[in-house]
Amino acid sequence: MKSNPVMILGLTLIAGLLAAAPVRAEDAPANCEVPAYLLTSESKLPKVETAIAGDRRLEILVVGSRSSSIPSSEASAYPGRLQAVLKEALPKVAVNVSVELQVKKTAEEVAGGLVKLAELKKPTLVIWQTGTYDAIRSIDPDDFRAGVEEGVAALQKAGTDVILMNLQYSPRTETMISAPPYLDNMRVVAQQHDIPLFDRFAMMRHWSDAGDFDLSTTSHGPDLAKRVHDCLGRALSKFVIDAAHVNPAQQN
Amino acid sequence: MSIADQIAGPAASDAAGTSAPAITLPAAGERELRLDLFRGLALWLIFIDHLPANILTWFTIRNYGFSDATEIFIFISGYTAAFVYGRAMLESGFVIATARIMRRVWQIYVAHVFLFTIFLAEISYVATNFNNPLYSEEMGIMDFLKQPDVTIIQALLLRFRPVNMDVLPLYIVLMLFLPIILWLMKWRPDVSLGLSVALYAATWQFDLYLSAYPNGTWFFNPFAWQLLFTFGAWCALGGAVRMSAILSSPITMWICFAYLLAAFFVTLTWHLPQLNFLMPKHLEQWMYPISKTDLDVLRFAHFLALAAITVRFLRKDWPGLKSPWLRPLILCGQHSLEIFCLGVFLAFAGHFVLAEISGGAGMHFLISVVGILIMSGMAWVISWYKNSADKNAKKKGAVGNADMAGGG
Repeated sequence: MKSNPVMILGLTLIAGLLAAAPVRAEDAPANCEVPAYLLTSESKLPKVETAIAGDRRLEILVVGSRSSSIPSSEASAYPGRLQAVLKEALPKVAVNVSVELQVKKTAEEVAGGLVKLAELKKPTLVIWQTGTYDAIRSIDPDDFRAGVEEGVAALQKAGTDVILMNLQYSPRTETMISAPPYLDNMRVVAQQHDIPLFDRFAMMRHWSDAGDFDLSTTSHGPDLAKRVHDCLGRALSKFVIDAAHVNPAQQN
Repeated sequence: MSIADQIAGPAASDAAGTSAPAITLPAAGERELRLDLFRGLALWLIFIDHLPANILTWFTIRNYGFSDATEIFIFISGYTAAFVYGRAMLESGFVIATARIMRRVWQIYVAHVFLFTIFLAEISYVATNFNNPLYSEEMGIMDFLKQPDVTIIQALLLRFRPVNMDVLPLYIVLMLFLPIILWLMKWRPDVSLGLSVALYAATWQFDLYLSAYPNGTWFFNPFAWQLLFTFGAWCALGGAVRMSAILSSPITMWICFAYLLAAFFVTLTWHLPQLNFLMPKHLEQWMYPISKTDLDVLRFAHFLALAAITVRFLRKDWPGLKSPWLRPLILCGQHSLEIFCLGVFLAFAGHFVLAEISGGAGMHFLISVVGILIMSGMAWVISWYKNSADKNAKKKGAVGNADMAGGG
């Protein structure tokens, strides 16, 4: 067959559509791309790497506040989504994600109980989501940093990998809750302890700016929350896999 | 004309001849338009920084170095306050000057309470209309509404300060202590500045702070930020003249340039995290966090470098200062208290509009520009009141020169 430019163009288009089709069909996930630099970290997760490659068991504990859950639909919150996506990406690994909600507690208050939680659940990785309650109560940023530091150090001493997750981007309350000092201090602790920081704030702001989500809508339904948490769960699974240096293809 | 004259005006030179007090004041009359210009600029930048990030945010100086518009605002406020009330203290004595400063403190306090009322209105609106499950935790901020008695009293005591309402309480405290600062300056300006530096050092050493409600501390720690205010006052009262040799030296200029450039590269790594690998880990650990609350030395030094470069290259007699294009900035700077409050209000309003109609980047930009136009228009109206509407009153000698203080 002689190559005909029109035909080539046509075939390319069809191929493109076919390639795109599976993504569209897959339960119509929200369009929420994340800039690559937010999904990678210089810091590593060595324990997770061993757990995936060696033990084939990955126990993740999410310690968080109310923003780690969706009222009355827990499975759709990002920890549940993280478990589902990780299981899909690592079919040969027994992945289990459990959640400990520490509602209305400052980082300092949570930090004290972290080791106990870690002993109880024996996780490979603790994802600690914090900062929101401290920001609402305008806790002294230095005290906040000390609290986060204490918690991270205790977890590292207890032998788990740690990921810090920062605040949500919340345009409606931007004039009432001052996030920057808490974001900055979490970044500092992550740097000092060489642990990955999952920048939830920057991601959500990116989605808001890109028009993927209207985060200031007054709608009361759980729909937006579910879609945002789905995106967060996906991004988080990519983040974990990247920081653990695992190539999902090799696991299959 | 030396750089010293550029800064403080010609009257400084006759200080040595007379047995006048240790401080010197520039001649009255001619306004130092550069002060108004940069205070106006600081007000515009504070307004833009209080809005959600948009294209204009990239023009604010905090993206290019450690210090931001707050440093400019506090320094110039110290400078102009010392200029106006220092003269009053020399001419009419301690009691009269103190009385006039306290009247100004009262005005700033009332302005702060007014802004708090607007904040309460906004938070109440959001509490009743916004109930998104995604943000059920963030809505915890509304708990303040459950005990308005405590919240409002704490606000009147300046202990409860919502976001973006931190500058006026700092300003109130600094002005409260202005009589003492001026009185010390009259005695020994350099010793006063030394005491201020000592207090700053003690703040860092002994962790001095003012507590806030419901907990935490003042966002702008007055014990630390008094350094900029006092330094501004010291410059106004002849310090700038005495520093002129340092300011005009090319070595100073190159050190300033080098520091500004280094700060620029560090801030670049904040915006382009891809560049972070260039930052030495040790430097990061030593440098971060750069405290705004306690006016980190890095921030103070950055402001000094900026100021030194500005004074060197922007001459007092630069004809551009009289150009109509800079008029809006200068007018805003001349009525800084009113325009500052208006800016905070407009930032609230801007957030609100953006949340309601969720426009894109274009809407963000439009709101910033409209806000600046409103600020400039208001500044023009206020100066019209002072120059035309109140003219008769002035003839009777009833109006003081509070506008010379321009919020100082």
